[in-house]
Amino acid sequence: MNNILLSAQNLSLRFGGVLAVNNVSFEVRQGEVFTLIGPNGAGKTTVFNLISRIYTPSSGAIDYLGPDGLLRLTAQPPQAVAGLGIARTFQNIELFEHATVLQNLLIGRHTQRQSGFWQDLFFTRTTRQAELKAREKAEDVIDFLDLQHQRDALVAGLPYGVRKVVELARALCTEPRLLLLDEPSSGLNVEETEDMAFWIADIKNDLGVTVLMVEHDMALVSKVSDRVLAMNQGEVIALGTPREVQGDAGVIEAYLGSEGDVSSLRRPAPHAGARAA
Amino acid sequence: MRFIFKTDYMQDIRLAQHAGQVFWYGALMLALLAAPWLVAEYWLAQLTFILIYAIAGLGLMLLAGFTGLFSLGHAAFLGVGAYTQAVLTNAGVPFAIALACAAGLSAGVGVVVGLPALRVKGVYLGMATLSFGFIVEEVLARWESVTGGNAGIRIKQPDIFGWTLSSGGAFYFLCLLITVLATLGILNLLRAPTGRAFVAIRDSEISAQSMGIHLARYKTLSFALSAALAGIAGALYAHKLQFISPDQFDILQSIDLLLMIVIGGLGSVHGAFLGAIFLIAMPQAIAMVKDYLPPTVGQAPGLQGLVYGVVLVAFVLFEPQGLYGRWLKIRTYLQMFPFYRKGMFKRQKTFQKSDRLR
Repeated sequence: MNNILLSAQNLSLRFGGVLAVNNVSFEVRQGEVFTLIGPNGAGKTTVFNLISRIYTPSSGAIDYLGPDGLLRLTAQPPQAVAGLGIARTFQNIELFEHATVLQNLLIGRHTQRQSGFWQDLFFTRTTRQAELKAREKAEDVIDFLDLQHQRDALVAGLPYGVRKVVELARALCTEPRLLLLDEPSSGLNVEETEDMAFWIADIKNDLGVTVLMVEHDMALVSKVSDRVLAMNQGEVIALGTPREVQGDAGVIEAYLGSEGDVSSLRRPAPHAGARAA
Repeated sequence: MRFIFKTDYMQDIRLAQHAGQVFWYGALMLALLAAPWLVAEYWLAQLTFILIYAIAGLGLMLLAGFTGLFSLGHAAFLGVGAYTQAVLTNAGVPFAIALACAAGLSAGVGVVVGLPALRVKGVYLGMATLSFGFIVEEVLARWESVTGGNAGIRIKQPDIFGWTLSSGGAFYFLCLLITVLATLGILNLLRAPTGRAFVAIRDSEISAQSMGIHLARYKTLSFALSAALAGIAGALYAHKLQFISPDQFDILQSIDLLLMIVIGGLGSVHGAFLGAIFLIAMPQAIAMVKDYLPPTVGQAPGLQGLVYGVVLVAFVLFEPQGLYGRWLKIRTYLQMFPFYRKGMFKRQKTFQKSDRLR
């Protein structure tokens, strides 16, 4: 249970003069829900993009316990990440808009494809069998997330809340070992957020998938996460259980500012004698 | 209204979704097979041109409509195919081998042109392919020892292992066969992982990559396939005209091809065919009404260009889905009569995409 699935060591990423991520280290254990929190611009999504290899760190490295043993994730090409069992969703939803929900899910099966170009061109037996198998797996995910009614709908016509679920479904279709969720509840209403919380718990408990997420909704965070990492301005400020992190002085300061900031803003009390005069 | 009860995953995978499709496409196939006995020689030639343009259109549709990469120099691939076919056929190479070489060489050139596509997008890719088109046209004009320069070259009739296709009817059947094979190939790809990867790249490169799709590999593949189909179309075009010169593969031809798939309907296989019909039928229609127009309008030199421009603008403004989109609406209207609503095909506004990752 306490096996380390992913470990980031002294990650830094510099964009010109901005140090977006500064010397961040953390470890994600197998089978836990690990959450990154922090104010806007803290570098949470950047950490995600480092893990999914959209960015390459300026220094530091990420190690990942792949299906064939420990490997250096930061040395892998971006398209290899999905094949290693790391799937992700995006903060602003990056679905394939002009395809149906089912087609989106089947694209999620790309890493498991068994047919090559020529087999696809002639739609041989191999392709046909693989298609049927992919379809069965996609159907499992549709059942898991209750997407039956949207199966053949075009994504471009779906409401925001459903798109969020479709994106989660597509990530699950890759049969991930580590699922990266970038703000799963943003833009969702209360009921949809509750559904999302149940699904995240199910993904962890029933499917045995490790979840690494970025989230702002503290109710959701404390309900589902095992451990929380708080970041501010690219640096780690606290790590622990949701309760510990929420009570951490540094975290409160990052969100609300320090006592000193507030007192410097306070207007001096008007002098009692001045009013009398 | 047709209700399809799905009880088997194969129903989604099969090419024909229901018996109605089998019937109508079968009827279309029969009509096309009977065409040489039904229509006059002239119209059969026009039908052959529709098939040839449809093959090129399928290629460009795969690239622009399904992979989202626009090429403004597609006539160059047509030219490479046509000249390869002409040179090889005149050297005595059998038709099938020459055609394979034409497709292969075009695909090879397509891979080379595809390389900038890995780095540039949108309008910049258009510029890169546009300049490539000029380069090829110039090469065809200047490499006189092989291409005959601006004087052009004649090409012998196709010879299929000793059997010379001299009549228009026989050549029509050849074009029909190749068109059907190309269409089936594209349809197969589109229902398999390869085609889905193309669509994924079109809609969101960033998430296609995070789904494990190798962007460079699939973009190059799309370019190669598209160029190969254009090369095949070019080879047939050369045989049909029996004479080719570099000015047949200029920028106007490229724009015709692009116009064809935009008007036909981007992102649909039907669109390539509807666009080809439009492209061939339009000049005929203009020629027919010309005589009834006042001479100052009817005899004006730029009439065809003007009509093309107006039609294109009208499509972009009022029917961005092209002829196929229009047909879908008409079909839905008929199927649901009298319950069709005006806003049925309106899509919800696209939500903001993550610009930071571009």
